[in-house]
Amino acid sequence: MIDKRVANADVAIEKLFDGAVILAGGFGTCGVPENLIAAVLRKGTKNLTCVSNNAGTMDAGLGLLLKTHQIKKMIASYVGENKVFEQQFLNGEIEVELNPQGTLAERIRAAGAGIPAFFTPTGVGTVIAEGKEVREFDGRKYVMERGLRGDFAFIKAWKGDRWGNLIYRKTARNFNPVMATAADYVIAEVEEIVELGSLQPENVHTPGVFVNAIFQGVNYEKQIEKRTVRKRA
Amino acid sequence: MAKGLAEKENLAQGEDSKRELIAKRVAQELRDGYYVNLGIGTPTLVGNYIPQGMEVVLQSENGMLGIGPFPYEGEEDADLINAGKETVTEIPGTSYFSSADSFAMIRGAHVNMTVLGALQVDEKGNLANWAIPGKKLKGMGGAMDLVASSPRVIIAMEHATRDGQPKILKQCTLPLTGQQVVDMIVTELAVIDVTPEGLVLREVAPGVTPEDVQKLTEPKLKISENLKTISV
Repeated sequence: MIDKRVANADVAIEKLFDGAVILAGGFGTCGVPENLIAAVLRKGTKNLTCVSNNAGTMDAGLGLLLKTHQIKKMIASYVGENKVFEQQFLNGEIEVELNPQGTLAERIRAAGAGIPAFFTPTGVGTVIAEGKEVREFDGRKYVMERGLRGDFAFIKAWKGDRWGNLIYRKTARNFNPVMATAADYVIAEVEEIVELGSLQPENVHTPGVFVNAIFQGVNYEKQIEKRTVRKRA
Repeated sequence: MAKGLAEKENLAQGEDSKRELIAKRVAQELRDGYYVNLGIGTPTLVGNYIPQGMEVVLQSENGMLGIGPFPYEGEEDADLINAGKETVTEIPGTSYFSSADSFAMIRGAHVNMTVLGALQVDEKGNLANWAIPGKKLKGMGGAMDLVASSPRVIIAMEHATRDGQPKILKQCTLPLTGQQVVDMIVTELAVIDVTPEGLVLREVAPGVTPEDVQKLTEPKLKISENLKTISV
């Protein structure tokens, strides 16, 4: 019997240790593993390296763990919109490694697919390529980037079953499916755990093989960073 | 005080009309069936001027093809945002995908055109638009991937800095986003092509002379034999 369900976020992160590398899904505050981040806040785990597209905001996402100085290093593509992060960086309290967004996604994809390194045209002739191998293929230059794995992956999905099959909703998918492939221990929090067999097999985004633990999250805030609307005609 | 405010408003309106002129001119570069990625700010406005009768699909690098308009008030969905983190809507034909698929699509040159802003562009087509050393730390987001692999890169920006310094330079001084990546520059004054022979002035805004453009441009511009006036 395969049953990856756990009671809640606190149980799910029992194995989390100081100094761990965490891949955290989300784009801005969209599709962020809110329950798992709150559990890390409660547990007080320190010296974390967090890999995520952004560093959250002052009061959402990984921004919450920055405030409590639980993050030692961020690997991200864009860290604007967060004053706490900026201050800690200027004070030398936090290390940051900026990756182009596509390179970040591909480093994780590669690691999850058993590929240790790859060549990409992104960043050739920029600071990103400094100290890295640059090679020419078919007359064009490419920079070598390494795969990027985590000890843990924190995944936010819409629905999942006890086998760990997941589906995501709209643009809350973002980095979640790729991160689910590239960590030693992958935890998925979902808005709804459904009966095995009720997800359409054709519509499963993350097959359960990638997931180690799954739980139904509670009290989703789902903050909106930029509320843009149009007037009704 | 009141006068100051009015002046400010006039200035703001001036900025708006500049941005609109730029967006409308860039929109003329769209073709039926194009998949296009629009950057944050002025480039986003290009989406408002897709020529009648054309189907153009907007790509958002956070994992969406077919970006619809902003939602009506009260219908915002936190799970549905564009790469600028603004709430948007879906349209018939919209698809969603992961960040890895999104950038495979971009690096694989399946997205036909990318439009983005710039801090500096130089005569070799080098672009700097992500960092000012010593200033705020932000990050490059998806810009480096987009410019490295897009078949057509158009820069939509104001021609000079707020204090009148050229942004089109002989050589970029800020950290580069990409090397020899820009194909065309559209500003409120001019349309300039980046060619192996240097920058070619193709069009000037109504009432603007090539000399006016050259004054605010560091490298020497070649003037196209059939120089036109921007018509939007």
